[in-house]
Amino acid sequence: MNMINKEPERHEIEALLPWHAAGTLSRRDADRVERALADDRELARRYDLVREELTETIHLNETLGAPSARAMEKLFAAIDAEEARSPRRRRSLDLGSRISEFLSSFTPRTLAWSATAAAVAILLQAAVITSILVKEQGTPGGPSLASAPSEGSFAVVRFAPQATATDITNFLGAYKATLVEGPLNVGGHLYRIRLSDTKLPQDEVGKIIRQMQSESKVVGFVAAKD
Amino acid sequence: MQSKSDEVLIGRIATGDRLAMQVLYARYHVRVFRFVLRLVRDESVAEDLISEVFLDVWRQAGRFEGRSTVSTWMLAIARFKALSALRRRPDEGLDQEVAGAIEDPADDPGIALEKKDKGALLRKCLTGLSAEHREVVDLVYYHEKSVEEVAEIVGIPENTVKTRMFYARKRLAEMLKAEGIERGWP
Repeated sequence: MNMINKEPERHEIEALLPWHAAGTLSRRDADRVERALADDRELARRYDLVREELTETIHLNETLGAPSARAMEKLFAAIDAEEARSPRRRRSLDLGSRISEFLSSFTPRTLAWSATAAAVAILLQAAVITSILVKEQGTPGGPSLASAPSEGSFAVVRFAPQATATDITNFLGAYKATLVEGPLNVGGHLYRIRLSDTKLPQDEVGKIIRQMQSESKVVGFVAAKD
Repeated sequence: MQSKSDEVLIGRIATGDRLAMQVLYARYHVRVFRFVLRLVRDESVAEDLISEVFLDVWRQAGRFEGRSTVSTWMLAIARFKALSALRRRPDEGLDQEVAGAIEDPADDPGIALEKKDKGALLRKCLTGLSAEHREVVDLVYYHEKSVEEVAEIVGIPENTVKTRMFYARKRLAEMLKAEGIERGWP
């Protein structure tokens, strides 16, 4: 591997690495970065540092929790007060529009195929889990538990942009993992998967996570989640 | 595409559709909360601020022109509100380095043990960045904003966004070095 000869160009490419890691570069810039990374070992090493930062920034933000119901109550009380003072004109939407919006809520902000594939996979898996639970329990009360389980060991994963539905299905199958919730974030890329029905020892979870992290063709980010 | 779906919601909110407001809130409140919380470092203040952010969305939906995505627009509103709140609290300077946020591990065996975990130490240093650096790092890595979108949210030129990100990462490397982690960069 050779270093990029032109230092200004190398500097320019290096400045783009954080956005390349986050998958927010244009196709043209992403291709430029990919070519540079293939030719420049030092740049590739620095890219690994960027990926570390990205992983830990996501981890840090995911541990921040969520606002209490108080924030929503306060918001809608304020909206009600405003509406009481000066109501706005309302209009209804037809069924088609409502269905369209409902379906669009399952799709990601970007055109990333992986998120779409994962959204399809989660629906399929939820259906399968639901049918199994209904069959086993003999009651229709299980499905809601199946879609948001609390028992077991879990991880948060972001699938690689190039991952297909087959890749994701095979990946989950290989680790006997189940897609249980997602997308968790607004960008539509993070999904919660169940690694095991039972609570695994921390070192065992760490081992599984490390193995998953090595599957960079399918997974862009993965971390344990309580 | 979620951005298109967001625009549909904003269109409905502009006509006073409360349900659309609930959907938008459900979709974004956690993310906006975390963005604000990382800036103001106070959960109670952050909760108050997200109510204000979404109330502004309710009020201004009719003026949304779609020149940016809805999430970028909301993060820009959130940032403005967070900075206004920080100005009301002079003890939380905007560019103040929060070196104190990084505890000295020497006195605490628990921290010393944690230090072995590079990831934990990296997260600790991320927490210790200045507000200016924290926000650019979060916007790029967590909120998945492009150079153009960060420029719009923060209100700075695109080249400044790249420079600021570079210096944020450089500062992070320095903080890690001070904690005994040499990354060989910059």
